[in-house]
Amino acid sequence: MSFKVTKTIDREANRLVKNYPEKRSASLMVLHAIQEEFGYISKEAEVWAAEKLGLKPINIHELVTFYPMLREHDPGKTVVRVCRTLSCALAGSHKLHGHICDKLGLDKNGHGLQRTRDGKFGVEFAECLASCGTGPVMMCNDDFYEAVSNEASEEILKKYDA
Amino acid sequence: MAAKDIKPAVETVTVKVDGRPVEVPRMTPNWEGKPEPTTVLQACKQVGIEIPHYCYHPKLPVSGNCRMCLVHVAMPGRPGPDGKAPMNDDGSPKVFPMQLPYEPQTPRGVIGCATPLVPGMEIYASSPETKEMREAIMESLLINHPLDCSICDQAGECKLQEYSYDHGQAKSEFEEFKVHKPKAVNLGPRITLDAERCILCTRCIRFTKDIVGDDALGIVNRGSYNTISTYPGESFNNNYTLNTVDICPVGALTSNDFRFQMRVWFLKETKSICTDCGSGCNVLIGSRENKMYRYEPRQNDAVNGHWMCDSGRLNYKWIGREDRLNTIKSPKGAIPWPMVLKEISEHLGSVERGSVAIVASARQTNEELYLLNHLAKHLGATTDSVPRRGKADHLMIVEDRNTNTTGAQLTGITTKRVGSKLSSIAKSIRDGKVKTLIVFGEDVTKYGIDSNLLNNVTLIVSDILPNETTKLADYLLPGCAHAEKRGTFTNVKGRVQKFMKALEPPGDALPEWEVLHELVHNVTGLDGFKSIEGLFNHMAGEVKSFKEAELTWAGLGDLGADVKL
Ligand code: SF4
Ligand code: SF4
Ligand code: FES
Ligand code: FES
Repeated sequence: MSFKVTKTIDREANRLVKNYPEKRSASLMVLHAIQEEFGYISKEAEVWAAEKLGLKPINIHELVTFYPMLREHDPGKTVVRVCRTLSCALAGSHKLHGHICDKLGLDKNGHGLQRTRDGKFGVEFAECLASCGTGPVMMCNDDFYEAVSNEASEEILKKYDA
Repeated sequence: MAAKDIKPAVETVTVKVDGRPVEVPRMTPNWEGKPEPTTVLQACKQVGIEIPHYCYHPKLPVSGNCRMCLVHVAMPGRPGPDGKAPMNDDGSPKVFPMQLPYEPQTPRGVIGCATPLVPGMEIYASSPETKEMREAIMESLLINHPLDCSICDQAGECKLQEYSYDHGQAKSEFEEFKVHKPKAVNLGPRITLDAERCILCTRCIRFTKDIVGDDALGIVNRGSYNTISTYPGESFNNNYTLNTVDICPVGALTSNDFRFQMRVWFLKETKSICTDCGSGCNVLIGSRENKMYRYEPRQNDAVNGHWMCDSGRLNYKWIGREDRLNTIKSPKGAIPWPMVLKEISEHLGSVERGSVAIVASARQTNEELYLLNHLAKHLGATTDSVPRRGKADHLMIVEDRNTNTTGAQLTGITTKRVGSKLSSIAKSIRDGKVKTLIVFGEDVTKYGIDSNLLNNVTLIVSDILPNETTKLADYLLPGCAHAEKRGTFTNVKGRVQKFMKALEPPGDALPEWEVLHELVHNVTGLDGFKSIEGLFNHMAGEVKSFKEAELTWAGLGDLGADVKL
């Protein structure tokens, strides 16, 4: 969703800023709130956040480009995150990731998040998702899936293909 | 000795540097001039030992990020349970060389730029341990560096090049691929960034944020992809951006004006003064084979610190303009200097008292203005200058865009109200009272003395570039840019500063003070000096505030001296 200053985000940002003795300290929290609401942090959002925090847009842009979990671009409607940390890797998460990419027509060797042309899916690797005993694990947005086989992944994707 | 010369005793700290006990002040001014505990780097500097550094700059907040200033040190032991500090057998306090806690055989360094002195500490500024730390830092800084010194503008004044020569290894152990980053990025209209050469010292970021107050630059991306950048779509475009080129320790930031123009080691450096406003920033002129290539700020903490503005820095091209005045003009055509000076002297020697007026630019030097005023007094001439105003900024540029208004006022050529007599000069010409007009360095047609009036007088003009007034001159005396002569200016705060000659003037052009000296001698008999030094010292005895400040040419030094206004 492209950024616009909604009542919700404005109220939330004001609330967050008030939590700290210095406005600047709320930077990451405000960015998370924006990403939560709009899926990513566009240039307009950076400029708006900077203004809220009493900073210059470059100060916010530094943060957004530094942290991999902060997104500069629209990641797609459903973000599929496949764990690649050791336990899941041993349980076949790279194959799972490759399979999902093939099914969605994405480049499995591409750097960072890969997004489908229709904007429905974005696929990326994630570090340990904290269910190491049941690998390979993945998440679709906030939904968690354990011991995902290649076949199961196809079923899961269908659920989100709306 | 006057009371002000007695300084209060300075509190000191004694430490050892390379085995030598040294006593240094406990406090040293920080980047803002406020006293702060002296650091290892500052202490070493005070005793003549340079600790290599990139991110540290005496006029910027300390950020301690480059690690180049690592030095091995030993600290005095902490008092034991008995309250006594550990001692050597000979009774001296015991020091402990710093080492990694989990790896006692490995020496541990401290960053000299951010480590305050501890009394009794020992600094091993040139030990093998320190050397090894430096080599390691150099190697990691060069990991992504393109090593393209052969086409880099910084070559010859590059700290990376210097330190890599002093502290580097001949062979790189690095076998991975170098990360490629943006080259030739237009950071702003005057600055180009080569991100691969950048060592991320953040000097440029701190300068623009903390000195200029324009938080325009930052580091984007992460790890080895770190890159200096403006906000996407924004331009680094305040009036002080070129200072970042000076302080960038490597060739990452280059000046679009100077880029690829000249190898720095060919440049002759001449101490001079910026003439673009009344601040009088100290500069170095870089020239080669009589062509000027750049201005750089020259440190003078009483005037401009380390900095200068971009507009002043880039305003030098007029000096080399094709249409510079370079031939003498007289009613008899082009005649040599001795003849034209003789003619003018004879003319001035025969004029009626009060029939001459002088308009002299407040961009001329103190010496020139002094001589003109001396002449004016002899001839009973009315004198004035032309005001030139612009907008002052929050940092260095002042409203007064003349270089030497103060000098023009102190020497008596003009008053507090610069230009207030121009209309009465015009009227006197109209009334036929003034029959000779001497103009130095201004186009008076722009200030109410139009061409009709100029046609009614004997017009003696000296200037550098052609204009309406020089066109109408009966006698035209080609003059010199400041870069082509020596002299002094007095800035808006009353600092008298001298500048040196970098270039030969074109054609017939001669320094105005030489020409004036001859004229004034012929007309008034003023004598007793031959050189600019002599002239200055003579003037310093005549001009009240110069005399009170006991100015001498030699006493001005490189940084000038203050007079009371
Ligand atoms: S561009 Fe130069 S001054 Fe700026 S961070 Fe890089 S090396 Fe330092
Ligand atoms: S502040 Fe004035 S004197 Fe200094 S560099 Fe700029 S124009 Fe020149
Ligand atoms: S390793 Fe995949 S969830 Fe921990
Ligand atoms: S000079 Fe960079 S860390 Fe000290």
